[in-house]
Amino acid sequence: MSTATTHVEASENHEVEHHGLSDKQYIVIALILAALTAIEVSTYYVDFGPFFMPTLLILMVIKFVTVVSYFMHLKFDNKIFSYLFYAGLLLAIAVYCGFLATFKFFLKQG
Amino acid sequence: MAESAIANDHGVSHGAHASSTGLSNNKMGMWMFLGSECLLFGGLISTYMLYRGRVSSGPQPNNIFDIPFTSVSSFILLMSSLTMVLAVSSAQRKDDRNTNLWLTITALLGATFVGGQVYEFTSFYREGLGFTTSLFGSSFYALTGFHGVHVSVGIIMLMALVGMNRNNRIPGDKAEVVELIGLYWHFVDIIWIIIFTLVYLIPS
Repeated sequence: MSTATTHVEASENHEVEHHGLSDKQYIVIALILAALTAIEVSTYYVDFGPFFMPTLLILMVIKFVTVVSYFMHLKFDNKIFSYLFYAGLLLAIAVYCGFLATFKFFLKQG
Repeated sequence: MAESAIANDHGVSHGAHASSTGLSNNKMGMWMFLGSECLLFGGLISTYMLYRGRVSSGPQPNNIFDIPFTSVSSFILLMSSLTMVLAVSSAQRKDDRNTNLWLTITALLGATFVGGQVYEFTSFYREGLGFTTSLFGSSFYALTGFHGVHVSVGIIMLMALVGMNRNNRIPGDKAEVVELIGLYWHFVDIIWIIIFTLVYLIPS
């Protein structure tokens, strides 16, 4: 790899790494997360019927991804960090879904 | 050698420990650690999911959980993620005063959460749910207890960081050190997002 190429890549990485959000934007994201939490808690008081479980799971995933992407800066950081984290996460999901399947956990839920 | 020097010149690694990718070894190590922590908590969460219906004696999960109280605790921990990211933002602006302020507020919010968890454990124990009462009790205390220990370790790290920052004893890139502690703190928060939904809100 030439020195010039490395120079350009390093500059790009530098810009990506420092591309965060403003404090106001962080506060807006926190308010959105608080609103999503309020919706989650409302499922305890209001009957969502068949949408109960999907609503909770979707809200959980949205909150998880929002914190990881914006508060942990994974959206703006180098992709290697995303691969490292999501590899661990997906491995955990796969291993433990397999583990639960051997105990017929998902059959019991159905 | 020259390539590495240029990469460092542009601050890609933010410190003395640059890897061959030009990225910070410390940050790379933290993300690998967090990836491995997913496996730890994955094991604890799936064990809880398997055993939460196994109540041979003692109270049932649905009879013992205090959702309004846990919702407030969850909200406090969620807001601590905001104060943490504001601390990181202040550190990147080299604003030491606000960095220390937000770090201290984050630690206080974390301590409030842990206090709430201690209160919750105490009230559950008084209602007859001990660690060995049932498989539900064992898996519940193991999961939420491990999370509480992680939060407590985070509080210690935050307070140590505030002390070191006041005395200007943080080695290397100060903003990166704050960011690394922040990554750990946010991870503790996202694990609670999962626990709150799967353990508390979805009935067994």
